[in-house]
Amino acid sequence: MKRSVTLRGETFGFADLRELLARANEPKAGDRLAGIAASSERERVAAKMALADVSLGAFLDEPLIDDDVTGLIVSSVDHDAFAAIRSLTVGELRDLVLSSSFASEWEGGLKFALTPEMVAGVARIMSARDLITAAAPLQTVTRCRNTMGERGVLGVRVQPNHPTDDIAGVLLSALDGLLFGCGDAVIGVNPAGDSIENVVALEYALQDLISAVGAPTQSCVLAHFTTQLAALERGAPIDLLFQSIGGTEATNAGFGVTLQGLAEGREAVLASHADRQEFIGTNVMYFETGQGTALSVDGHGGMDQLTCEARAYGVARAFDPFLVNSVVGFIGPEYLANEREIMRAGLEDHFMGKLLGLPMGIDICYTNHVEANQDTTDQLLVLLATAGCNFVMGVPGSDDVMLNYQSTSYHDAAGVRELIGARPAPEFEEWLERSGIYEGGKLSELAATGPESLVAFSNSLKAIGL
Amino acid sequence: MSLPTPLQRAVDVGDDSANVTPARLFIGRAGTAYRTSTQLQLRADHAFAKDALGASLSLHEQPMKDLVEHFALFEVATEADSHEEYLARPDKGRRLAAGVAETLRQNCPSGVDVQFVIGDGLSPLAVGAQVPSLLGPLMEHASARGWSVGRPFFVRNCRVGVINDIGEALDAQNVVLLLGERPGLATAESLSAYMAHRPRSGDTDAQRNLVSNIHPSGVSTEDAVRRILGLVDSFQLQGRSGFMVKESAQPTALPGAGDR
Repeated sequence: MKRSVTLRGETFGFADLRELLARANEPKAGDRLAGIAASSERERVAAKMALADVSLGAFLDEPLIDDDVTGLIVSSVDHDAFAAIRSLTVGELRDLVLSSSFASEWEGGLKFALTPEMVAGVARIMSARDLITAAAPLQTVTRCRNTMGERGVLGVRVQPNHPTDDIAGVLLSALDGLLFGCGDAVIGVNPAGDSIENVVALEYALQDLISAVGAPTQSCVLAHFTTQLAALERGAPIDLLFQSIGGTEATNAGFGVTLQGLAEGREAVLASHADRQEFIGTNVMYFETGQGTALSVDGHGGMDQLTCEARAYGVARAFDPFLVNSVVGFIGPEYLANEREIMRAGLEDHFMGKLLGLPMGIDICYTNHVEANQDTTDQLLVLLATAGCNFVMGVPGSDDVMLNYQSTSYHDAAGVRELIGARPAPEFEEWLERSGIYEGGKLSELAATGPESLVAFSNSLKAIGL
Repeated sequence: MSLPTPLQRAVDVGDDSANVTPARLFIGRAGTAYRTSTQLQLRADHAFAKDALGASLSLHEQPMKDLVEHFALFEVATEADSHEEYLARPDKGRRLAAGVAETLRQNCPSGVDVQFVIGDGLSPLAVGAQVPSLLGPLMEHASARGWSVGRPFFVRNCRVGVINDIGEALDAQNVVLLLGERPGLATAESLSAYMAHRPRSGDTDAQRNLVSNIHPSGVSTEDAVRRILGLVDSFQLQGRSGFMVKESAQPTALPGAGDR
């Protein structure tokens, strides 16, 4: 349906909902690259105004593309709950999500009435503070070996990557993270090699570490999900099944992923957990996403990158994940041009994920060929921690020596927890106190002070009988 | 249960992490922040990485000059005319410039078993640092396995996806693209090998395999040659490439398995 807006005598028309959404998006290099961005700031704001008047019903009546992701999204809408908001406009939805009563309505079932496209629509008429304010009260609690996402909890993934997957290097990096109180979200390695043998060896090594120190957390080796499942078949312990996903069928095909494959993988991991009896919940999936991925594999189908990203969350939601994170600054300047675009995207992704009910984290990061630096990650970290982000990354010294990019460090994660009074996952915090890493709810004097803190940690473990 | 061996060793004999990983471990803290020395070292490493992005690579100068003489290496272009355009327009960096397909057909044998290609990518420094010692052994060992090997060439302003155009132009059974990876803080000299079996336009990463982190503190030249040619072997056997083809590791490449 054609929509138009007249601003100071100049009329802007938009052919369909897909075009309207793209024109209304905040500036993103990827949308410019795709040739779908607004051609002027006037057109952008005209599109925002036209979008604010679109009713939510239109999002179900006018599917943006026809593929299996759209099918999944439409089939997972709670149509009874949707009936109550069908006639709301996108502008009215913004007012609603910012209202003080929204969190309880959302918890009461409204979250299952919202589709990714609606959420992507409202995000682009919100300011940065709107995105933070609206996300903060929304909680998504998930359970695997511990409990993530409760009020006041900021989880941290320990990311102990190594350029050749050297086990000693990986384990030492992971231990360093534990000494900073990090690792409650997951100890997750991106393997440099995708061989099954390599993944099996890493899975066992991480599991041995977790058992040896007694930390209630989960491990993950972020190989292609088919490699992890092959490792599972060989008996390797898989706590979380990881996969990168996108918001279109074509994007997922580019990753070697099908919805059915993910469903079967999840079932296989759940079955293995039933045998292992170490888990307190059934959230076993870990997904990563990022604005621009659909375009990077030529799978965007004419949709803007914010909309594609929200649809990826629609995919994630169907598999009841333990963790989801957008790797927001990883993709490069052709999709997010600079610090400003990265920061905007990080806040949008977190808000959209939360509104859709996901346990949303952000890998706050940048590559060296984009105009950003460690001040960028510092700033976005403080903003997202305030917004109630479920988890962030902890990389030794911020420097990922395998993937060659910078993220938030163990120091950063520990520091922002102290700054805003956030805690680790409760089971993990209890272990941190027992093992002497924490004292009175924060890092103890001796923790992570250098090599000598290893000895203190080892003595604490002995003292608690490990 | 006792600590895994490398951790117990670190407790017993002190931090030896610098011997096993380039990661910055056990560096202490000032409150929860970095110590000043760490803070400034990170800034210095970032400065070197940023400056490495502006490095240039000429085939007429060392370290590439010898390769040109030895392997009759020549240069072709993508549709990206400049480094700036290469950064901003990934689509152009994935396509050979007009007329290049014809140039390739005139200068390289078609239908070979293995075609090696070099691309600058985001780090010309990585190409200059790794390719001179890698290309010779790759071509030698590939020939020794009885495979026909094409004449290698260099693609400037090159993205991974250019593999498809090369496959279309030369109909090689397997294409191996040695590409400079974006500079990190620990190294600006990391090279990757992106590989595909009978690549054609429209193919995606799902049809490709990767050996990454080829640099002195990562995957050695020797291991890179073994792994790249091992994958080519698997491609030939299975008649495909991509996520369905898993690299097979040697039993010796399972460090830590004895710790259990």
